[in-house]
Amino acid sequence: MNRDPFIEGDPASATSQFKVNLSGRYKIDRIFEIATWAAVCISLLVLAALVVDVLVDGLPRLNWSFLTSFPSRKPEEAGILPAFAGTLWVMVIIAVLSFPLGVGAGIFLEEFSQDNWLARTIEININNLAGVPSIIYGLLGLQVFVRIFEPVTGGRSVLSGALTLVLLVLPIIIVATREALRSIPDSLRLAGFALGATRWQVVREQILPLALPGILTGTILALSRAIGETAPLITIGALTFIPYLPDNLQSPFTTLPIQVYNWVSRPQKEFHDTAAAGIIVLMVVLLLMNATAVFLRNKFQKRF
Amino acid sequence: MTFKNPLKYTSLGLFAGVLAIALAACSGGDNAATAPEGSESGSETAATDGGSTAEGEVKVDGSSTVFPISEAMAEEFMKENSGIKVTVGVSGTGGGFKKFCAGETDISNASRPIKQEEIELCEKGGIEYVEVPVSFDGLSVVVNPANDFASCMTPDDLKKMWEPAAEGQIENWNQIKADFPDKPLALYGPGTDSGTYDYFTAATVGEEGESRGDYTASEDDNVIVQGVAGDEGGLGFFGYAYYEENKDKLKLVEIDGGDGCVAPSAETIADGTYKPLSRPEFIYVKKESLSKPEVKAFAEYIIDPANAGLISEVGYVPLSSEIVTVVQKRLEEGKTGTVFGGESAVGLKLADVLSKEQ
Repeated sequence: MNRDPFIEGDPASATSQFKVNLSGRYKIDRIFEIATWAAVCISLLVLAALVVDVLVDGLPRLNWSFLTSFPSRKPEEAGILPAFAGTLWVMVIIAVLSFPLGVGAGIFLEEFSQDNWLARTIEININNLAGVPSIIYGLLGLQVFVRIFEPVTGGRSVLSGALTLVLLVLPIIIVATREALRSIPDSLRLAGFALGATRWQVVREQILPLALPGILTGTILALSRAIGETAPLITIGALTFIPYLPDNLQSPFTTLPIQVYNWVSRPQKEFHDTAAAGIIVLMVVLLLMNATAVFLRNKFQKRF
Repeated sequence: MTFKNPLKYTSLGLFAGVLAIALAACSGGDNAATAPEGSESGSETAATDGGSTAEGEVKVDGSSTVFPISEAMAEEFMKENSGIKVTVGVSGTGGGFKKFCAGETDISNASRPIKQEEIELCEKGGIEYVEVPVSFDGLSVVVNPANDFASCMTPDDLKKMWEPAAEGQIENWNQIKADFPDKPLALYGPGTDSGTYDYFTAATVGEEGESRGDYTASEDDNVIVQGVAGDEGGLGFFGYAYYEENKDKLKLVEIDGGDGCVAPSAETIADGTYKPLSRPEFIYVKKESLSKPEVKAFAEYIIDPANAGLISEVGYVPLSSEIVTVVQKRLEEGKTGTVFGGESAVGLKLADVLSKEQ
């Protein structure tokens, strides 16, 4: 390019000292661009193949009665209602319990705690907990919520299942909350303090509202992880065939991934199609949740 | 100056709104479900002594192999007895017994007889049980359709492939029999936790739960189907239903248990000529729960010959009528304990074992 100062300004010395080799540089540029494109395309292709496969198998099975019927030995009559209701129950309980706990802990760690060994220990532990395999939480939930707290939770109930998953998502929510709080510039806090506000006032009136979109996004993404969990729920004793819906916190329950898993492992091909239809339902719920997260972020982040 | 920020409230409100919608959807589902239940109640005939308005809950848990039978039975049973709720869990035969012996369930599904340590567990928990065989399954040995040489094998041939000593040693078909071609052998089977694996190893290797470790194991039998179907030197085993659904992709191996080559089929599995790989499946009913009319009615419903069609429908083989008569008597009398004495059911004819008991 002739806009390059070296070439324009002093061609003789520039060409003698620099190997310009522009075409070579742009070639590397192109190669890198193609490589990144390939990375995107391959992952999208894999995803598309999965989605298309599931849609082809499952869409013919998907209808209103699939959503409103109970499971059956006949694949064409089998429905997903108890699993769907169970998943909704579990998700609502998780949201109600994990949001205040997780956000509270995040605020404490980010805004209130001093930088001492206790805070650092808690921090390391939370980061570690975020990476613990979910089956471990299942074993913990089995012992603590199902056995020890049996009088409260009613044993292998929807409440025990939800509490177990709360443990699973709490670290994620705490980390997301801290990230969101950290992204708020310190100048805002200092301005608040300068006006004589207490720490609580600053957090309540300034920091939290601004961080809320990020916190909500993180919370919903954490819930999206919980919705797909199977292993911890099977461990604590979620059932597979339930002819009725949960009507209180101590009801037995089943969830979408457990139902799908059961159908997939059946010998009959028709059950595999039914499982695909179940996967579509699960995917739609997931997409709705993620869409909510994106919506919240876009709606509120612009004002900051 | 007050710090006002409407943003906080709108977004919180929005979040609460999402929750509210979810809750509403949830309770809406409840209503929809209870309505038909209520309207139907009491109208159907009931098999219980307690009359047509029997109510209560029957908790079933255990083997995933027996699950389809329980599910089918529960579905039909509840159509006739709308006040009774039957729930079925899948925690495996062993996991099911753990819950059963702790008194958490009424009925435990099992794809093998109760083991010695489980008998002791139940004794410790003070749980008495009635052992009820419900159906047969024939473990089917399958190979790739391109395999034209392995059409009949003996348990000893299978032992050569599967015994622990074969690990890393037996890698080729020609090591099994001299007239088999030079072809790499690839083994597929259920994971070591499954009752199917326990039974197969007991019947072939001779030692329950002992086999080579270097085979492709999967908890999902459909994966084994895929594996053998895509591997010319492949061999695998699983319940007969998985073969029946995939006949076009697999070739069945006949088994010579001493009286000539026999292929598994509904007849050969039921009369025991397909051996030693045909096995009974059980439910264990808690003695104490049998005093509850709903549990008794459900257990009777499962072994009622009139409902044997449901067992065939989900891919298993119903018991012969002689056995059913014996089993019904056991249940009626509430005869507790196991007839297998904590051992595997391999090599035992169910009819013989049961009649010896009488």
